[in-house]
Amino acid sequence: MRTFPVIFAIALCMLRPTGGEAQERVPPAPPEGLRAIDHPWDHGDRIDLSWDLSPDDPSRVGAYRIYRAERVDGPYEIIGRVGAGTNQFVAEKLERDRPYYIKVIAVAHDRSESAPARTAQPVAPTRQPFDGSRFWLSIVTLIFCGSVVFWINHARKGRPVKIRKIPGLEAVDEAVGRATEMGRPCLFIPGIQDMNDLQTIAGITVLSRVSQIAAEFDAKVEVPTCRSLVMTAAREAVQASYLAAGRPDAFNPDLIYYVTDEQFGYVAYLQGMMVRERPAACFYMGAFFAESLILAETGNTVGAIQIAGTAQPAQLPFFVAACDYTLIGEEFFAASAYLSGEPGQLGSLKGQDVGKTIVALGIIVGVVMYTLAHVVGLDTPLGAGLSQAVRYLREVILT
Amino acid sequence: MKRTVPLMITALGGFVLIVAYFIPATQGWGEVAAIWFDILAAIAFVLGGGNLLKIHLKKASDRAPGWGYSVITVLAFLTTLSVGLGKIGVNPNPMYPGFPLSGDYREIGSPFWWLYEYAFKPLTATMFAMLAFYIASAAFRAFRAKNVEAVLLLGTAFIILLGRTFAGVYLTSWLPDSLFGLRIENMTITIMSVFNTAGNRAIMIGIALGIDPIWGRGRSDPCTNS
Repeated sequence: MRTFPVIFAIALCMLRPTGGEAQERVPPAPPEGLRAIDHPWDHGDRIDLSWDLSPDDPSRVGAYRIYRAERVDGPYEIIGRVGAGTNQFVAEKLERDRPYYIKVIAVAHDRSESAPARTAQPVAPTRQPFDGSRFWLSIVTLIFCGSVVFWINHARKGRPVKIRKIPGLEAVDEAVGRATEMGRPCLFIPGIQDMNDLQTIAGITVLSRVSQIAAEFDAKVEVPTCRSLVMTAAREAVQASYLAAGRPDAFNPDLIYYVTDEQFGYVAYLQGMMVRERPAACFYMGAFFAESLILAETGNTVGAIQIAGTAQPAQLPFFVAACDYTLIGEEFFAASAYLSGEPGQLGSLKGQDVGKTIVALGIIVGVVMYTLAHVVGLDTPLGAGLSQAVRYLREVILT
Repeated sequence: MKRTVPLMITALGGFVLIVAYFIPATQGWGEVAAIWFDILAAIAFVLGGGNLLKIHLKKASDRAPGWGYSVITVLAFLTTLSVGLGKIGVNPNPMYPGFPLSGDYREIGSPFWWLYEYAFKPLTATMFAMLAFYIASAAFRAFRAKNVEAVLLLGTAFIILLGRTFAGVYLTSWLPDSLFGLRIENMTITIMSVFNTAGNRAIMIGIALGIDPIWGRGRSDPCTNS
């Protein structure tokens, strides 16, 4: 029993570092010339830091730790860490116009720390009038808006604007006509999102056209909505369409009504209604989620002609499988201009094509450059240059 | 005027959001516009409730087809509304024991909670569960092997479905390690991570650019040609 404390003491001595080893942990030389300047063209929440590397970098220094404080005597909190050989850092998430003291410490491989390099004066991030990180995006926006204005003027001067045929939209007349012949109603579902969703707005524009044709044919269009605001907007759109068709007296606001905000409650109502009333034509135009297939399959079961339009990629296969026609993404957004045939709207559509061309070119250039960089090898000057260009494209232009 | 004013408000809202994106000093404006929308939506909700009552009460009084459902809808709406607004059966907040309405209307064990847990949730789950049957019927129609593309689609779907079950793993577990990639679960992973991802990206880019990437003719039902 007495031997145990002795063995334990020996083991402890073996584990403890010897005095000689402790003396060898000399801290590395500190980094020098720490500079802190406000990050240019930002929201006022970043400071750019740079310093001269420690003379012991990279032989002894493994990393640098960056600290910040609001008073010169602290307390300092760590805000970042960079590896050896790096002499720059961007301090982020700072408060605008608040002065900060910064210090940088070199950390050796043996974890010993150098004396800190400090900023002589506190630095406060300030806000600039323009967000420089969005410079390229602003250029693209200007080109895009300019082209839209140009093409609208172009179309208004009476010059022809060609637009490809979209079968799903061509079929709208056919669907409403069929409902008229069968003496059954048309059902229009503008998705389950509110008016702040672009797809709902696109759906309402298609509704305008559907209701105008219905007014001309004297067919009934029923629009149950999932949101109160959509109901209000849909009523306005349908009323305007009946007016445009010269039949304001035929407009019945009670056919456009609110059901519930709840997704599956809404689906349950629609399903029951479709089975009972057996609409001859069903339009699904807007943002849909899990309910897409339930609705489209029910419509299929009751034998309705079905036209769907959405930009939800996950729901497209369901609509394609269960509907007669499907408007995919941009086709759906182009519906308003396509259906109205108004020169101003067609010109706007053409102008948007310029923006899409820029995006398509960007994709092609990026893919070709990145592929080429890998083909020639990233270690060659050409490959490294291409890789650098792709990084710039991705991190600066497209961010 | 009726058309111009809303258009001007819409244009102004659009410009505010664009400017707020590029000019840091105006970034708060976008948030203010979002709050306006929330206020508008809250007011419209009252409008929706009123419309719901009007439509269904009319249907019930006219004895229109399916009027019984309208009666149930109105009863359910009024019951939930009164139980929730009146905080029926809710204990007062311990900080304000003298105020009966200070408790949380969602308190566990309260009638509102009970309605949510034992009426609303099961009904929602039932509706969602029905999706499985609709997927089966849609798949039955879409996967009919009428041509080469449909056969490919059918075969791929079969592998994916089987690869995600225990039976699929068991069926090909005897394959030696040299044929590791041919085990159904690994084929599933390859199909999902390579072919499916590539196809999805093509569709996404097509959606964004207005190109019809797969169904060029616009007519649905690509495999059955029906």
